[in-house]
Amino acid sequence: MARRVSTTHKLVTTVAAWIVGFVIFFPILWMVLASFKTELEAFAIPPSFLFFHWTTENYAAVQERSDYLHHAINSIVIAGGSTLIALLIAIPAAWSMAFAPTKRTRDVLLWMLSTKMMPPVGVLVPIYLLYRTFGLLDSRGGLIIVLCLGNLPIVVWMLFTYFKEIPRDILEAARMDGATVGRELIYVLTPMALPGIASTLLLNVILAWNEAFWTLNLSTSAAAPLTVFIASYSSPEGLFWAKLSAASTLAIAPILVLGWFSQRQLVRGLTFGAVK
Amino acid sequence: MGRITLEGVRKSFGKYAVIHDANLDIEDGSFVVFVGPSGCGKTTLLRLIAGLEDITAGRILIDGTNVVGVPPAKRGLSMVFQSYALYPHMSVRGNIGFGLKMAGLPRDEINRRVEAAAATLNLTQYLDRRPRELSGGQRQRVAIGRAIVREPKAFLFDEPLSNLDAALRVQMRLEVTKLQRQLATTAIYVTHDQVEAMTMADRIVVLNAGNIEQYGSPLELYDRPANLFVAGFIGSPRMNFIGGEQAQRHGAATIGIRPEHLKASRDGEGWEGKVSVAEHLGSDTFLYVDVPGIGSLTARSIGELGLAPDDTVRLLPDPRRIHRFDRDGKTISG
Repeated sequence: MARRVSTTHKLVTTVAAWIVGFVIFFPILWMVLASFKTELEAFAIPPSFLFFHWTTENYAAVQERSDYLHHAINSIVIAGGSTLIALLIAIPAAWSMAFAPTKRTRDVLLWMLSTKMMPPVGVLVPIYLLYRTFGLLDSRGGLIIVLCLGNLPIVVWMLFTYFKEIPRDILEAARMDGATVGRELIYVLTPMALPGIASTLLLNVILAWNEAFWTLNLSTSAAAPLTVFIASYSSPEGLFWAKLSAASTLAIAPILVLGWFSQRQLVRGLTFGAVK
Repeated sequence: MGRITLEGVRKSFGKYAVIHDANLDIEDGSFVVFVGPSGCGKTTLLRLIAGLEDITAGRILIDGTNVVGVPPAKRGLSMVFQSYALYPHMSVRGNIGFGLKMAGLPRDEINRRVEAAAATLNLTQYLDRRPRELSGGQRQRVAIGRAIVREPKAFLFDEPLSNLDAALRVQMRLEVTKLQRQLATTAIYVTHDQVEAMTMADRIVVLNAGNIEQYGSPLELYDRPANLFVAGFIGSPRMNFIGGEQAQRHGAATIGIRPEHLKASRDGEGWEGKVSVAEHLGSDTFLYVDVPGIGSLTARSIGELGLAPDDTVRLLPDPRRIHRFDRDGKTISG
């Protein structure tokens, strides 16, 4: 028999959940609101919540001052490019680990994941020097490489768990039905793994889009994505909160929209393996 | 057309030997059941024939050709899996027709064959459904449909009915038997259920820990088991085994007598014992009797005997039905 949950209990937990959700969402909300305030009001204490003089002057200033489109395109290219290359490498890798495992497979996976635990700042200097030597600083290619390699462990791990979920029986049935390895791939494995590949792709695009450490340190203008765009608005002189908010809102808008429309896939991707 | 022969087949996983020297000759069109307890190697043997596992030593001949090293796709066999293994992203039509699509048949031919198979299995109205929209029995039929539509040299069944409820299992048992007879195609059927084995098979292969203990018709196995293991495995309730003095009197290390060959009566001839449990099925009565000096015996009577626990009962073994086994467990004939 299922546990009986009283209506009061449900009410309390619902209200609590909304409060927690609101608290988490609040900084973004505040930022969006601030982007519509004048600089003075954005900085004012006590801060006003909704009743202020709404203005779009900040957005105009941002557009005028710097090239949003240039940075946005860089973000798209870098996030998209690094994800695609990561997928190209990770799909065969995850495949071999899931369907042709050896004694070492588990160890390799854990080792890969362990590289994610290292603080990137630890290798900032060597990578910077390497990039300088090979002329990769402030280049889209350079950023794609570092983001791809940085996120590769996660992509491989996620794909591995998705491939493992595919019952071996079904692949054997395909073999008995006369499918060669290639056709097994095309007609059975990929369609069944597609939701998993899609969630992995989405999650990785978001991670790459938001990646600030490497993008800030390894690019200046030519390859600068939106993370640099936002950072450029913190100036040591003059008031900048409102403009910074406007720039930030513009920077995260695409990814917020993407996340909203793909939230079911994302939740699935993030909770993989949790229920077996 | 569907004759399968195993010669000296051996299979090891690393150092662990799972099949020891299997030799078997399966005639075309026959229904052969591999039966045995869990872990005896029956599924492994089936998978070796299918080509899903590599053989360690020996030959597997299909119609005289050695297929060792030939991939499963090219052996011309069809398999029905315990879990059905249907393609979840394809409709029933797609599932049944997949093998034909892989073989490169033209679309009309595929449709014709798929529809014919669906009609045979009463699946016509489900052709456009997905597997998740079907019941267990329907899914099982789709799996069978997928196997028959390719007109293979032999069908391989891997415990296909174990996931079904008891009533459905009995019904499907009949359907599978009828279908196989109708198609006259060789079938190898793996099960741990000896009732399925006895009722469906033309011949049964009893396996134990990787060894083929006996290969014969159901009645052969019942009347003339080759050794203790087969005698104890076939027949439910299990054969009674008696050692010691009683056995020696018959010139054997162990004697066996089936429960249905012990005539139970209140006061007649035979061994005297006390009923510990009486199971009344209406059609039969199973008596679990403690006989001093011999041990616990099971007796089966047709009809109702009206005996209760602690009652005294006499069990008379039918002398023509006493099996004798030597010290190594092999049957002593004669």
